[in-house]
Amino acid sequence: MARVAPRTGDAIFANVERVNAELFTLTYGAVVRQLLTDLEEVEEVNKQLDQMGYNIGIRLIDEFLAKSNVSRCNDFRETTDVIAKVGFKMFLGVTASVTNWDADGTCCSIVLEDNPLVDFVELPDNCQGLYYCNILSGVIRGALDMVSMKTEVTWLRDVLRGDDVFELQVKLLKHVPEEYPYKDDE
Amino acid sequence: MVREVSESCVDSLLTEMVACYCNRFYANKPELAARRIEAIGYQVGHQLSERYTMERPRFTDHLEAIKFICKDFWSELFKKQIDNLKTNHRGTFVLQDNKFRWLARMSVDPSIDNASSVEDNSAPTPENKAAQAMSMHLYFPCGIIRGALSNLGIPCAVSADISNLPACSFVVRIKA
Repeated sequence: MARVAPRTGDAIFANVERVNAELFTLTYGAVVRQLLTDLEEVEEVNKQLDQMGYNIGIRLIDEFLAKSNVSRCNDFRETTDVIAKVGFKMFLGVTASVTNWDADGTCCSIVLEDNPLVDFVELPDNCQGLYYCNILSGVIRGALDMVSMKTEVTWLRDVLRGDDVFELQVKLLKHVPEEYPYKDDE
Repeated sequence: MVREVSESCVDSLLTEMVACYCNRFYANKPELAARRIEAIGYQVGHQLSERYTMERPRFTDHLEAIKFICKDFWSELFKKQIDNLKTNHRGTFVLQDNKFRWLARMSVDPSIDNASSVEDNSAPTPENKAAQAMSMHLYFPCGIIRGALSNLGIPCAVSADISNLPACSFVVRIKA
């Protein structure tokens, strides 16, 4: 019998071990701050945050699959929907929505109104080029990479830059067929 | 209601932060990586203690501030208190958490427990690499405690002792 994918992550979030979000928010803030001090270039900080996110994403996908009970998604639409409704909820405790689909269903936006990463955050003038939440795009890219989807994830709107919401554009570049690392005769 | 996130968010972030500083930025300079990680913890501890003491009267002595760290502060972070507090009454306090959460999922051979001998073990055997990785993870909570106390007007040095895993003792030496 096919398993039915949960439509929200509420139940999962209620059951996982949770911690005070302030610790998470302030720790992330302190990391960004330290990176800005050490790397000096805002561009370089964006890159490192994305890399950190990617490394987290490739591990977090396992936990996601193990706890969410989600079965294989039929198409990219379903995939992004699961990320927004189940993924975000289960880890960050917030729900995102998916909009702005292109005609062939390979590019859309994940919109986040509530984002625990930016509680207490305000960007100073010398950090205007910073994508503060770049770790999130990295996580999504890393997680999808592990389930055979090469994606490009970019920020279209950012509350810290004066927009009303966070909007992440997720573009499916290609499906990579699963390759087994071993051959039958080995 | 207090806002919460999944524990894996914090775990993943800390693991990656430590990996980033130890393996990518300062692969051959563990002491520099340690200093950065401690600085991040310091910042966090400083801000958290500011928030958690907002509605309290000022602490009248060191012991009172340390007790606040052991009880309220630790509970906010780990949903439990410090299990044991010792002091020599001359400015040194030992705070022991019998099952320190951030080490609970790490495996290290308990026979190599020298938290302090990280820098001088030159031969990178898997064992002391593991011990080094573990001690790198301890600079963050040490920084948190130092930051929290310094925000309360108590300059100090904080180190960690893991000779008794899964217990972890934080040694606070208050600067006279």
